[in-house]
Amino acid sequence: MNDQIAKLAAITLGAILSNNFIFSQFLGICPFMGVSKKIDTATGMGLAVIFVMGLASAITWVVYKLILVPLNLTYMQTVAFILVIASLVQFIEMFLQKFVPSLYTALGVYLPLITTNCAVLGVALLNIQEDYNFIESVVYGVTGGIGFLLAIVLLASVREKLVFADYPKSFEGFPIALVAAGLMALAFMGFSNLQIW
Amino acid sequence: MFDSPEVMNIVYAVAVLGILGAVFGCVLAIASKVFEVKKDPREEEILGLLAGANCGGCGYPGCSGCAAAILAGDAPVTACAPAGPDAAAKIAEIMGASAPTGEREVAFVRCNGGVNAQRRFEYVGLMDCVAATKVAAGPLECAWGCLGYGSCVSACQFDAMHIGPNGVAVVDEDKCTDCMACAAACPRHLIVSVPVSKKVRVMCLNQDKGKAAMSVCGSACIGCGLCERECRKDAIHVVNGIASIDYAKCVNCKLCTKVCPRDAITPIATAEEKEKYKEIKKKQAEKAAAVKKAAAAPAK
Repeated sequence: MNDQIAKLAAITLGAILSNNFIFSQFLGICPFMGVSKKIDTATGMGLAVIFVMGLASAITWVVYKLILVPLNLTYMQTVAFILVIASLVQFIEMFLQKFVPSLYTALGVYLPLITTNCAVLGVALLNIQEDYNFIESVVYGVTGGIGFLLAIVLLASVREKLVFADYPKSFEGFPIALVAAGLMALAFMGFSNLQIW
Repeated sequence: MFDSPEVMNIVYAVAVLGILGAVFGCVLAIASKVFEVKKDPREEEILGLLAGANCGGCGYPGCSGCAAAILAGDAPVTACAPAGPDAAAKIAEIMGASAPTGEREVAFVRCNGGVNAQRRFEYVGLMDCVAATKVAAGPLECAWGCLGYGSCVSACQFDAMHIGPNGVAVVDEDKCTDCMACAAACPRHLIVSVPVSKKVRVMCLNQDKGKAAMSVCGSACIGCGLCERECRKDAIHVVNGIASIDYAKCVNCKLCTKVCPRDAITPIATAEEKEKYKEIKKKQAEKAAAVKKAAAAPAK
């Protein structure tokens, strides 16, 4: 039992800090750059990603262990996972449009883009690769999403301040944001030797 | 053919993915019914009539927010100033209301200080008015004056706001749509909405009186009240040390501009115009005195 808790804590710490999906695995860069202009939309995107990643981890784990493994179809995992994630995003889009329309309009085109967010597919594949059990998979998915939220909110805060920075005209827009993201990734390398015991 | 395991594998793969797809499809179909959002088709129509600049001047989050507010009756049909009166009329038609007709208004910066305003220190920080006001309340001696760092210029989505030659923001009235996004951005609250046909405008908001106003800016209104006495239509009054014009009464006669000793009312009268007006007034006064004398004499 204690081992289990320690492992979950290690997964959590790894997904949020030392193995952050954005800063050390470089997954999900598209929404990371695209929706990080304002803190509130970035927060919305981060929360949506947490939700999708947690749910996707759970469903893909079930699909993999209960359908693909017994039928010897593990080589179809990528296709099956993409199917799951795409339907899930569609579902969330409908849900948000009904219950949180302001977030729906704020996320705009980036909501369907979660479908192609490699962090979501990445977490599903990593769960299988690391041979996590169901609870570990869900925890990895949710905490990976929290890591994404942390990264995108941090970058959005930096980019809001960048408006007042004095940098060359040619750096305007994405170049300076990429420079900022790179520096943040360097800073996150400081967590890479973090150990829980 | 179906007895070879390779073929069976392919059949399984197709079947499993097909079934998975069908299941998810059914779930989504049910969800689309459960989470259906009924949209009023009028919202789309109204949105099409708005300016589409997402300027935020109406106070709603973007044009779609404004369209929803108009539809809900929270915003007037004229809420989108940039779209103009034609669009307002069409929106009113959609909403089944009559369009209010009003004169086109434009933004106006109530300051003409700029290079004439006294500065307390040289400001070298961020080129932004809000940032400048944070440093010891701004570099200007005048607590009301335009700082000229262009917060309004960057707020304007229509390229109608520029820093003029004397360092004060000026409005391009042809381009201005009266969205008032600049007014929201101005930390000095200097920008007001005025009818475009009324050209006589007080270009100062300094509420100091007399010498105090004179010492901070070369073109500040000092609240002397000459314009108030000159106005034949009772349209201009000194309130809180600052002249202000009632546009319901103003007839664009420009007499006030000719008596203003501080050149604080636009269009600024030239020295010759002022001289000429002084002479006319002198003659009128003489004439009036003569008439009075003539009227008083026989009574004696």
